[in-house]
Amino acid sequence: MPTNVKSDRRYTKDHEWAMASDGAVQVGITAYAVEQLGDITLVNLDVKEGDLVAEGKAFGTIESVKTLSDLFAPVSGKVTKINKDLESKPELVNDDCYGAWMIAIEAPASSIDGLLDAKAYEDLVASLDH
Amino acid sequence: MVPFAGYELPVQYAGLVEEHRAVRSAAGVFDVSHMGELELDGPGAAAVVNELITNDAAKLVNGQALYTCACNERGTILDDLIVYRRSAGAWLVVCNASNREKIAGHFAAAAKGRCNFADVSDATALIALQGPRALAIAGAVGGPDLSGLKSFHFAKATLAGVAVTASRTGYTGEDGLEIFCANADAPQLWRALLDAGAVPAGLGARDTLRLEARLSLYGNDIDETTNPLEAGLAWVVKLDKADFVGKRALVEIKEQGLARRLVGFEVTGRGIARHGYPLQDASGAVIGTCTSGSPGPTVGKNIGLGYVPSALSAIGSPFVVDCRGRPAEAVVVKTPFYKRAI
Repeated sequence: MPTNVKSDRRYTKDHEWAMASDGAVQVGITAYAVEQLGDITLVNLDVKEGDLVAEGKAFGTIESVKTLSDLFAPVSGKVTKINKDLESKPELVNDDCYGAWMIAIEAPASSIDGLLDAKAYEDLVASLDH
Repeated sequence: MVPFAGYELPVQYAGLVEEHRAVRSAAGVFDVSHMGELELDGPGAAAVVNELITNDAAKLVNGQALYTCACNERGTILDDLIVYRRSAGAWLVVCNASNREKIAGHFAAAAKGRCNFADVSDATALIALQGPRALAIAGAVGGPDLSGLKSFHFAKATLAGVAVTASRTGYTGEDGLEIFCANADAPQLWRALLDAGAVPAGLGARDTLRLEARLSLYGNDIDETTNPLEAGLAWVVKLDKADFVGKRALVEIKEQGLARRLVGFEVTGRGIARHGYPLQDASGAVIGTCTSGSPGPTVGKNIGLGYVPSALSAIGSPFVVDCRGRPAEAVVVKTPFYKRAI
């Protein structure tokens, strides 16, 4: 299966992506996660702007027809923005999962250095697909 | 693939919603060979079968089947079954894979000294061909014209060169067939059905299709803690027939009145009900449990089934689904959620 992974960001083993820019880290889910979930019908963000999230802790859930999955923060910090569009248009995640960010966390670019790079994440996905 | 009752079952092929829509608009094919097949033969078989089920098999003719529950002495549900009358002395019982050992044991014990019993599940494949194009596809693979085969009737046939028993039954709310054949012949039949245009469909679509049609799933909506009367299955409980296992208890349950009922509901708030979620009243008190729930791809709503107190079970009754701490408003609605145009 061809994996759709972008080299401009980092990844978690829970299939979130994290992209650093301007002192913040945007968070979304990967193409692999979308493929596993299928048609996404609901994105629930349990945080609002100004809340603190902790690395590895759930900040919301994403649901498809088939199932639901927790969304985990890849880094710790203060939530600076949430993507309100996803509340009414969860299908945006299906359409463009690397554009449909969910939250932005105030954190330095170096905070994502410890996450998986594109190659490591590709290898992880490849290991799950047999 | 997910493991289920000793089988590896596909949750989806191309995608759940795509498969769901294919079954509603054209035809899908499901490998449900995990289902259990039990045979009872001999002059005593009819009586044995009818003593173990809540519906009345005495009214069946050769080549006819019925949906039923099998209960225990407490009147709760051991399994839901389809019982097929091949002839007065030859019966087939199809049970859920997860209950196969229990039901095989139950029927074998009752059959002892009265008729022959055989569990032929391991030798039998079952392929469900479902959807408005199902019969056309059966014809396209060389089958006979089955349009005269009535609902819940079955017949021997040859499809794709394979000797089968084709039954006008299903678990999707659509027209279609459930096709029994020998294991060794199943791949040939399966490939021919796909070549003729049937879309392979997995467990995920099977679940959303059956939920929209309000067909019970054993282990979710019904089990040994639920009785058929409260589960909305009174139509398969014939209290006026001769004695059967569970009859006394069910008569008592009916006389006492039902404390709770399985209702269909629509989530009108923001949320998707899932199996096991608590149902609450406006004050937050738990009134019941969601037994099945998901978005309904055809009905376009988030739907579910759950047990609520009888007093709160009328159509239009509001309640709240506790979606992992997020309350979502819901309302009891008429079921089935989806009914095909005939």
